[in-house]
Amino acid sequence: MSTQTIRTSTNFKGVIGLLQYLVGAFVALVVLIPILATILNGFKTNADLLVNPFSLPETWQWGNYIGVLQSASFWRQLLNSTIVMVATATGVVVLSSMAAFVFARMEFRGRELLFNFFTLGLLFPLAVAILPLYISLRQANLIDSLWGVILPQVAFGLPGNILILRGFFGSIPRELDEAASIDGCTPVGFFVRVLLPLMRPALAAVVVLTMVASWNSFFLPLLVLNSEQLYTLPLGIQQFQGQFGTDWAKILAFISLALMPTIIFYLLAERQIVAGLTAGAVKG
Amino acid sequence: MQTSSQPIERMIVRRPRIRWGHLATIVGFLLPGALIYIGLVLLPVAQAVYYSFFRWNGLGPLTNFTGLANYTRALSDRVFLLSLGHNLQLIVLSLAIQIPLALGLALLIRGLTRGRAIFRTIFFMPFVLSEIVTGVIWSFIYRPDGGLVETLFSSIAPGFAKTALLADPKTVLYALFVVITWKFFGYHMILYIAGLQNIPTEVEEAAQIDGCSRLQALRYITIPLLSSTIRLTIYLSVLGSLQFFDLIWIMTTGGPVNASDTMATYLYKFGFQRFQLGYGSAIAVIMFLICFGFSIAYQTFAMRRDFE
Repeated sequence: MSTQTIRTSTNFKGVIGLLQYLVGAFVALVVLIPILATILNGFKTNADLLVNPFSLPETWQWGNYIGVLQSASFWRQLLNSTIVMVATATGVVVLSSMAAFVFARMEFRGRELLFNFFTLGLLFPLAVAILPLYISLRQANLIDSLWGVILPQVAFGLPGNILILRGFFGSIPRELDEAASIDGCTPVGFFVRVLLPLMRPALAAVVVLTMVASWNSFFLPLLVLNSEQLYTLPLGIQQFQGQFGTDWAKILAFISLALMPTIIFYLLAERQIVAGLTAGAVKG
Repeated sequence: MQTSSQPIERMIVRRPRIRWGHLATIVGFLLPGALIYIGLVLLPVAQAVYYSFFRWNGLGPLTNFTGLANYTRALSDRVFLLSLGHNLQLIVLSLAIQIPLALGLALLIRGLTRGRAIFRTIFFMPFVLSEIVTGVIWSFIYRPDGGLVETLFSSIAPGFAKTALLADPKTVLYALFVVITWKFFGYHMILYIAGLQNIPTEVEEAAQIDGCSRLQALRYITIPLLSSTIRLTIYLSVLGSLQFFDLIWIMTTGGPVNASDTMATYLYKFGFQRFQLGYGSAIAVIMFLICFGFSIAYQTFAMRRDFE
């Protein structure tokens, strides 16, 4: 009797386990099919694509991909996106780690007030500030320049990242500051030689998250960048789609090449991305 | 330099203050960030409030003060109210479908004995793709001729009527919501996975030993212990839905006939396409007030416990 119940309960567990894998596999397919279909369909002719979007290409058309890879504009957009991304991430990590250091490790009157002042920015999405921001950028001659994208991205990246880094910076023991100061270390020396090296994982999380956000950013570049020479990849995609309209095979090839760097980056930096997002959310 | 291995109780123990000479460091470290932050975040927000009291095309001097006219205009404009309604619809859909889905999948992944990392990696992948890539992929999926949805349905049910899901005012918002869910459920799921990791498994095991079924353990132990994460994802989801722009702009630009307009696409149309900067600013301020009001209310009533 008792062995029987145990057996049925293990069977039951087995069924549940199998079911979990089936549901998981189903969701995985729903996530992956759009991405895989995009990459595969880039290898088709439009006629082939129209008849059967799910199957492998009848004949593999490398032309769509080669066409994109040979176009100067694709590479220029890739370069522009990279410049904006690197500059934004550098600006954000340098400025927010400096501010976070002050808020986490130094004591002075009005510190919390000042900190709240900095994190107030979390309440303002870009959409609220975008109209006057646009006018300010125009007055500062930053419209149609990559700086016009970089500087606002840094500014809007500061509040959240100061918050995240303050949490991390605060988590190491106070005794470290004291030991450093007894050894004759100045606050700046402590920041550069002790804190930053210790906090490399946290800084990596901030850098990686900022890179992803900058790489994907669309709204701001859409407004700021007018000349094609300066287009970042998202604008290039939009333009390409407008230009080739219904030539889906070409568009999908372009999209595939544009998403490749993101996916590769994601697979390499998944841990940092997740760490940054969860730290930000839990502390926010 | 030595690191201490003693327990850290710096919040409680007040230690003697060591003055390191410091005004210069504080100012020097904060100033660069403060300048760029004030200039490009706070100032524009303040300006938006100011501009919202004027009728202005963004070029000439600000002379045409109209008081609250922009606000009354917005609140009596059918299309704006419709857009706001779409934001609210997205909130309801997200809370009813996306959040439970994310929670379910986080629990599912936790229950797996093998392959957790692979499933997590796959489920979270759409979140890192850009909105434009996502938008174009799904425009392809939804296209009425040879799109994946159309092909799939007509092979399952022959005679399936071709519908352009994004071109029909009745279906467009739901079609967009599917894309939004596809892209963002992984984010909420990641938060739940992190939250679940903080729950010691012993608690649930103890409950099961005491005779709780798995479902009961889930209902009475796991979910309550996860409630701060749940409140957080609800918060983020509502704010996100109120500010939604990129995907919608890319896929439908708010159409057909305003059927998928949100407050943000409405703002964009008036601010940057018709150059009504005063009116656009009023919309931005209304958006902000709604987000801010929600934020305050939610933090006061729902999340207060989480901060203590």
